[in-house]
Amino acid sequence: MTHRLPRRMRLLGWLGLPLLALAATPAAAAGQYLVLPGGSFASVLPADGKAMQPQIAPFRLRSEPVTNAEFLAFAKAHPGWQRGRVATVLADAGYLSHWAGPTVLGAAALPQQPVTRVSWFAAQAFCESEDARLPTWYEWEYAAAADATRSDARADPAWRERVLNWYGRPSNTPLPAVGGDANVFGVRDLNGLVWEWVDDFNALLVGVDSRDQDGADKLKFCGAGAISMQEKENYATLMRVAMLSALKAANTTNNLGFRCAKPAGEAR
Amino acid sequence: MKRVLQTLCAGLLLVCTAGIAGAPLPMDSMYQLPVQLTNQEGQTQPMAARRGRPQLVTMFYTSCTMVCPMIIETVEKTRKTLDAPAQQRFDILAVSFDPQRDDTAALRKYAATRKLDLQHWTLAHTTASTTRQLAALLGIQYRQLPDGEFNHSSELILLDPDGRVVARTDVIGRLDPSFVSALRGLVAAEPPAPGKH
Repeated sequence: MTHRLPRRMRLLGWLGLPLLALAATPAAAAGQYLVLPGGSFASVLPADGKAMQPQIAPFRLRSEPVTNAEFLAFAKAHPGWQRGRVATVLADAGYLSHWAGPTVLGAAALPQQPVTRVSWFAAQAFCESEDARLPTWYEWEYAAAADATRSDARADPAWRERVLNWYGRPSNTPLPAVGGDANVFGVRDLNGLVWEWVDDFNALLVGVDSRDQDGADKLKFCGAGAISMQEKENYATLMRVAMLSALKAANTTNNLGFRCAKPAGEAR
Repeated sequence: MKRVLQTLCAGLLLVCTAGIAGAPLPMDSMYQLPVQLTNQEGQTQPMAARRGRPQLVTMFYTSCTMVCPMIIETVEKTRKTLDAPAQQRFDILAVSFDPQRDDTAALRKYAATRKLDLQHWTLAHTTASTTRQLAALLGIQYRQLPDGEFNHSSELILLDPDGRVVARTDVIGRLDPSFVSALRGLVAAEPPAPGKH
């Protein structure tokens, strides 16, 4: 299973079939998890809040963000997560509001587009439904640091510029389908498609206004105080951290989606 | 006691709908998230079992030496601004950030050391993933550090009998007058009830 799909996707590429062809086989694309080796990683968020690098255990990551088609199948199987039936403390009023109906995608939500307008609770529930979880921030940041040839391309100004350019795109333009270029791990769309939930979005402990780190935030966070962010020249990643820490778990936005992760040891 | 409540509720339908078992939970109730809590006696119950009485909720961990003792003290200070009958009209729930170390014995020991009156207080722990969910639901941030300590935001959150957030404060170490007055207003609407969950 693990190896079958990439080959098929490569084949589609060789045949010059448009990505839309994948729409015919959404079930086949569902839940492909790739192994990432992990290790010591220079995160923008030091593990101890000061300078210590986190250790990332080997894990599996979904090759692409969860699509509208996949989330639709989930909503049909779990009616409690359909629009209009979810408690407002678990998903705000914008939840799946671009879908034509609770179980109908419609013109504004194509099957192979990444699902957006989902809350953290909804994303968690989806991942649980395929025996997975949301990735941690470190797992996500580590996976997204790679480009096509390097596991950590962040020092390359071209990498930074590419990521930042995406941030500059207006958020009201229609989202492309999933299936962008694979990075060295085979994972796609980490940068340049949507923002993504992480499991510990409420553990980043960065003040919404990071200029405030010596003031109110010191008192706000018991212990060592707000985290002092590293790699300050990596502005693209810092923006993502700031965005994630400003979110509440019930929030939904028109460009915030997710993917799931699993422990590495698990056979699939 | 239940009969008394039901009789009261018959007369005060609007105020008491929360107390009647079976009424659907409001969509904005914190009890919408299924959370199993284990208290300092080792009893496990859904958090929604606390429905029916106002709750003052916070999160902490027992080995914390910095802000957490201040959180507990601030809750005690807040409680003691009310007169004795009013103190009987709400419960206090403190859930640990640290399920690994804060087992039932650790919670019981902490309650004893801090001389917490268990007629008012429940100290609880749950699984690591539910702890993360509960904090997210309550809007509390926390992060485990490599040395086992936690960084966390400090909040007191006031829930009405149906689990809706009525007030919250991040003022720790002294009384927050607006939070105290919200608590006072909330319990004034409640019938006295000595029952513990």
